[in-house]
Amino acid sequence: MELSNDVLMDMHRRMVRIRLFEEAAGRLAEAAKLPGFLHLYVGQEAVASGVCAALTDQDQITSTHRGHGHLVAKGGEFKPMMAELMAKSTGYNKGKGGSMHISNLDVGMFGANGIVGAGAPIAVGAGFANKYRDDGNVAAAFFGDGSTNIGAFHEAANMACALQLPVLFICENNEYGEFTPRDKTMAITDIVDRAAGYGMPGVIVDGMDVVAIHEATVEAKARAVRGDGPSLIEAKTYRFYNHHGVQNLGLKYRTDDEVEVWKQRDPIFTFEDRMIDANNASRDDFDAVWAELRADIEEAIQFAEDSPFPTPDQILVDVYSDTPSATSGAAQ
Amino acid sequence: MSRKIAYVQAFNEAVRQEMQANDDVFCAGEDIGAFGGVFQSYAGLQKEFGERRVVDTPISEQAIIGLGVGAAVAGLRPIVDIMFMDFIAVAFDQIINQAAKLKYMFGGSATVPMTITTGGGGGLSAAAQHSQSLEALICHIPGLKVVYPSNPYDMKGLMTSCIRENNPTIMIKHKRLLGMQGDVPEEPYAIPLGKANILREGTDVTVVSWAKMANDSVDVADQLASEGISVEVIDPRTMQPLDTETIVASVKKTNRVIVVHEAVRFAGLGAEVAAQIQEEAFDYLDAPVGRVAAPFSPVPFSPVLEAHYQPSPDRITEAIRSVLARPGA
Ligand SMILES: Cc1ncc(C[n+]2csc(CCOP(=O)(O)OP(=O)(O)O)c2C)c(N)n1
Ligand SMILES: [Mg+2]
Repeated sequence: MELSNDVLMDMHRRMVRIRLFEEAAGRLAEAAKLPGFLHLYVGQEAVASGVCAALTDQDQITSTHRGHGHLVAKGGEFKPMMAELMAKSTGYNKGKGGSMHISNLDVGMFGANGIVGAGAPIAVGAGFANKYRDDGNVAAAFFGDGSTNIGAFHEAANMACALQLPVLFICENNEYGEFTPRDKTMAITDIVDRAAGYGMPGVIVDGMDVVAIHEATVEAKARAVRGDGPSLIEAKTYRFYNHHGVQNLGLKYRTDDEVEVWKQRDPIFTFEDRMIDANNASRDDFDAVWAELRADIEEAIQFAEDSPFPTPDQILVDVYSDTPSATSGAAQ
Repeated sequence: MSRKIAYVQAFNEAVRQEMQANDDVFCAGEDIGAFGGVFQSYAGLQKEFGERRVVDTPISEQAIIGLGVGAAVAGLRPIVDIMFMDFIAVAFDQIINQAAKLKYMFGGSATVPMTITTGGGGGLSAAAQHSQSLEALICHIPGLKVVYPSNPYDMKGLMTSCIRENNPTIMIKHKRLLGMQGDVPEEPYAIPLGKANILREGTDVTVVSWAKMANDSVDVADQLASEGISVEVIDPRTMQPLDTETIVASVKKTNRVIVVHEAVRFAGLGAEVAAQIQEEAFDYLDAPVGRVAAPFSPVPFSPVLEAHYQPSPDRITEAIRSVLARPGA
């Protein structure tokens, strides 16, 4: 598959946007400006970027507790995202969800999720709606290696295959669930082995290579759109920071050497090197992208800091929809 | 010999001592082994007892509880951990339809001496899926016992009882109390399930409250004492079975009562407490039973909203004043 420079640079931009957003979030958390839990996506940028570059705004994704990267890659804007992390009323979720529930339906992002495994069945529902309306859209479920140990994943995978729904199962295998290594919690090494049990194809891709991820997604999407059902893509990747928070080295459940080895394979820097080696882009081109997006991040932080907190009268708002549909027409 | 240790250490010590005493006791849960649990409740136990008795499980709440149910019926004494109370929803079939009912359905032949441990409560900006107080849901299920301690001493004694209990029990640790220090005897001891504790004696009004809210209520009572208002604070400690007797005896003395809890008001345990009080002590009441609880919404993320969402000392004070304002009989 020959990818145009536009696509390549677009994917790069998505990755850098994620990296900058996450590094900024980490700094803000350290400065005690972000309430609640923070699960950073740094290291895994290629997965969300490669997948989402193959999707449209109408295609849906479901996400995980580590969800900022998915939303950024899907087209989420910095300002309402940063405001949400700071619990402000101008955030995507009006300050009611925060990092773990950040969402934006306008770009088809059905929410980060605090319950491990809960996203996959919801992606099945979105895929069902796509098939029902025959609109050619697909739904992609992002989930971690650890989440494939929960019943919800298995029920979702089976149902999507049984109903031949346009669903992409995107596993981000970063080798750990919280503080416990994968080999303590499953007897297989490759999550992709699970795909055959449900009757869907599965591929392993290098999760640090945005091009490989993109190509696999394009293929899986084409298959889903043709009506041939779901696929599973397992991206082998790594999170550079701790399960939550901003510590990276000196953790008791993994070695610093392991972190260093993975950091050598940084998805953004290795991509830039390859592009430069192939004369597809110059260092200056990349520097310009970083500089532009850095300015965007600073602006978003300022916006979030200047934004008001929600007022207590908002507590009881949006528990329910207030008005029924006038007819049984489309729900809003 | 007693010394000051934290709530979470009191929990840990109860587990360790019961494990030392009985090889049938084992623990299973996510991240509890090598890591010691996300709240460090299980710290050091795998080191002491090995991987046979302290098991790191996959992220599989349904199978974690099922493991406990099956092992319990087969004769072991499992302690199974569900990291956050919110996640019991993932395992509800095993809790509600299996653990709670096997004994009854089997005509008494099965026993399920299993303890489920979990972290409950809000106040950490952890949002709607990591902050809930779901005790009313589980107290509604015949066959389960539910414990929610407010201090380190009660924690150790109640956890010991849970492990020795021949019924499925759910031990809720309040996340905001994990670091709370208190006097705890070194030797093993058991506090019977279903016995309330009078945290503070008083004569003008009774406050029934548990977990973190019980401590907040004691603080309010201390404040009001300086105005000459004498508040009795009762901590049921065990939510199921509930020690109605102690609550009713207090109400017969004070004639006024409020219930304070973190969970939402509608169908919260405050409703049950109020109903039992009016059944048993209607003629003694000088005011309707007051309730201080959360509004009927999911727990909001923003700390500004959550601060208003949770019952505050101000709201507790106001509720006490309001029941006191009614003219007595
Ligand atoms: C049902 C449920 N169980 C446990 C948790 C606590 N928890 C949050 S993230 C996590 C690990 C998830 O691992 P994985 O799916 O591999 O995703 P990763 O964190 O590696 O991105 C756990 C156990 C949870 N949020 N929900
Ligand atoms: Mg993982």
